[in-house]
Amino acid sequence: MKRRDFLRTGGAIIVSFAFDGALPNTSSAQISDLGKPVDPREVDSFLAIHRDGSVTIYTSKVDVGTGLRIAMSQMVAEELDIPVDRVTVVEGDTAITPNHGGTGGSTGIPQGGVELRRAAATARQALMKLGAQPGTNIGALAGGKRLNLKVDPNAPLKDPKTYTIVGRPILRPDVPDKCTGRNVYVQDFSLPGMLHGRVIHPPSIGAKLMSLDESSIRTIPGARVVRIQNFLGIVAPDEWVAIRAAKELKVTWTEEQGLPGSDNLDRHVRESVPDHDETIVNKGDPAAALPGTTKQLSALYAWPIQSHASLGPSCAVADVRPEGTTIWTASQGPHGMRANFSRIFGIPEDKLRVIFLDGSGSYGGNGNDDAAADALLLSRAIGKPVRVQWMREDEHAWDPKGPPQVLEIRGGLDNDNRIAAWETHMWLPMNIQGNRPLVSVDGAGITQPHGQGAGLMSQNGDPPYAASNVRVVVHYLKGTPLRPSNLRAPGKVANVFAVESFTDELAAAAGVDAVEFRLRGLTDPRALDVIKGAAEMIGWEGRPSPNRRPINGNVLTGRGFAYARYKQAENYVAIAMEVAVDRNTGKINVRRIACAHDGGLIVNPDGLRNQIEGSILQTLGRALHEEVKFDRSRVTSVDWASYPILSFPDVPSLDVALIDRPALPPLGAGEASTAPVAAAVANAVFDATGIRLRRVPLRLEVPVRG
Amino acid sequence: MPNFKLRVNGRAVTVESWDPAQPLLYVLRNSMGLHGPKFGCGLGQCGACTVLIDGKATRSCITSVKQAEGHAITTIEGLGSPEKPDPVQAAFIREQAAQCGYCTNGMIMTAKSLLRQTPHPTAEQVKQGLGRNLCRCATYTRILAAVLRAAKA
Repeated sequence: MKRRDFLRTGGAIIVSFAFDGALPNTSSAQISDLGKPVDPREVDSFLAIHRDGSVTIYTSKVDVGTGLRIAMSQMVAEELDIPVDRVTVVEGDTAITPNHGGTGGSTGIPQGGVELRRAAATARQALMKLGAQPGTNIGALAGGKRLNLKVDPNAPLKDPKTYTIVGRPILRPDVPDKCTGRNVYVQDFSLPGMLHGRVIHPPSIGAKLMSLDESSIRTIPGARVVRIQNFLGIVAPDEWVAIRAAKELKVTWTEEQGLPGSDNLDRHVRESVPDHDETIVNKGDPAAALPGTTKQLSALYAWPIQSHASLGPSCAVADVRPEGTTIWTASQGPHGMRANFSRIFGIPEDKLRVIFLDGSGSYGGNGNDDAAADALLLSRAIGKPVRVQWMREDEHAWDPKGPPQVLEIRGGLDNDNRIAAWETHMWLPMNIQGNRPLVSVDGAGITQPHGQGAGLMSQNGDPPYAASNVRVVVHYLKGTPLRPSNLRAPGKVANVFAVESFTDELAAAAGVDAVEFRLRGLTDPRALDVIKGAAEMIGWEGRPSPNRRPINGNVLTGRGFAYARYKQAENYVAIAMEVAVDRNTGKINVRRIACAHDGGLIVNPDGLRNQIEGSILQTLGRALHEEVKFDRSRVTSVDWASYPILSFPDVPSLDVALIDRPALPPLGAGEASTAPVAAAVANAVFDATGIRLRRVPLRLEVPVRG
Repeated sequence: MPNFKLRVNGRAVTVESWDPAQPLLYVLRNSMGLHGPKFGCGLGQCGACTVLIDGKATRSCITSVKQAEGHAITTIEGLGSPEKPDPVQAAFIREQAAQCGYCTNGMIMTAKSLLRQTPHPTAEQVKQGLGRNLCRCATYTRILAAVLRAAKA
């Protein structure tokens, strides 16, 4: 029986949890999780071999719909020489999984999976000493016992040439449950006696609660108001009661006006006084070289604030008891949540257990941590387990956001049309040590860190092409409007948009084909492979941009190209696109996308392909549609009508080619292919119309004069 | 408390709701333990809550329990199980047409309704038919392939 099965018994979910870390003893053939080690130096922290030959793996890395679960299982099964369906994964349970990092930055496979593989390889060495050979029942040999081994970083790994499990498109075990309504999401989880909670966010950011009139909800049966200073919530045994009461409770708040508004946000960011500057790439002297170049260009690119916009609003269940507190969450960082909540709420870490459950896709740090704090505050106030799910407007308005980005680039070409000088200036919110503040914790007047961080945002600001003089300067701002957070491919998504758009501008100025221009500046064969691959897939016709071919009625057509080496150190991705632009409506219709992707060793080609497809199409929506709007007081794009994302009618045909490098380490897949998307669209629009779009979302003024 | 008679997945049921305006979604999820339909927006914009009412895809987040009274409701649990999936579910599994899976309920239920009306749709008809169902993970190409596969089954 799989661990997850105990969470569901027919329609109702009933779990009884002793706090001490005990999980229901599911089968006598399995080692109990009770008291298992969690030290990431110990093999037993990562693996348990059961008497029946099945294996449980334990990890702090969580599968947020990415297919990580099956990929990790394949890596472990391969090293242990067992069928992959004998592996069960326990993710993100602070009581029983080792903390080898949260989930993010595409580290699931290259770090998480690789560490699990190392633990499995260490175990295999021990099993071989006990006489194991391929085909040996490891359960009979060593099942039901702790191995008591330190993870050996030098444990020999299997030769990739002999792989039979890694590299195969094995189906994900969660998909059948997800397609039949059986998968248990945190949104579906409940406990006996649990109350439903809703939070009432203030109408303006930072507002103070002036007064509330509880008689306004007197007719709603069973609703209770919880107020802690400026934190306001409703709890009720019935979810609809909580929703209606939260909506109908009469509350007066102060009106705050601390925001600059989203109109002209790029100017606001560009003109903010930096806290400090940092030169992160400094090669040669571009300022001195620029005047001597033959063709000089400069341009400003802007990326708006965007939301994770999870389809299911953030949710959590908290059960605060004197003997200990448990939180069920879909947060990508359960261990980080435990450490942060332990400090904020004064609960010792050994009395605070955080358990990951599947959630709606989060794509970084969405509202899940906030919802967990909401649930904890309400449960602590009421003395019962509480489930909080945000409403749609809560998610759109209050999830911490991908921050705005502005980049200014200037550069020049030499007589041979090579990049002789390149200088990037980027404006980013600075990093401030400590966790991101949680909305309800501030509201409740509880002291908490006010850290700031949104991922490694400054990478990929330099061109990946040969250039003799390059400088990248980051102007770090004290802050940017709305709470900054990691959002898929943090920073890189906008940096590559700017760098690859500017590269295209240089190629056009030189009168050189965009693919040819890129190839001239590269020697790395892996880069050449993806660029040539994507060009061939789309039937790239070499010629300078813009397109001189006659238009077809009101439709202008063009093709665009973009390339990135993610973080300048990881995946190689090239994307080619074909677009049609309607001159009357200005609508940008992306018709075809071709992508060639090299992420090292491929663990599961179907899972990898799924991630790349989703990355590209999600980012196409970000490039064409997504912008968080706000006025002086509040976010105003609070639903799917005011914050549109990509929908079916806009889905182009999409062709992905995977390049496998079995001898190289495996890389992540959740982010890299997002990076070139927006530039490929903008470059294709330029090819079609001669108009250069430098602001996301990419929009043409009508009528289009192409 | 007012009672409402429904037919859910072939079974006659009577549910209580203090408020006749309570959306069907909460009745299905909380009174009946049918967690397949999901809360996404409560506005009828995303489709995650879709169920079939008398065979037609309907957004249960904006359909009151009173409006649903007397009608035949099918949720995704009523189609098939992991062991014995319905043809549309089987096609989604075969195409691995999910990432987080939060929208999957709505995609499958809307596809059921679409295929009932248009058994052999073109790719364009599928895109239009599912045009108001959102997938934030953007697994659209796989969902399209799954619906076309189901149409052939």
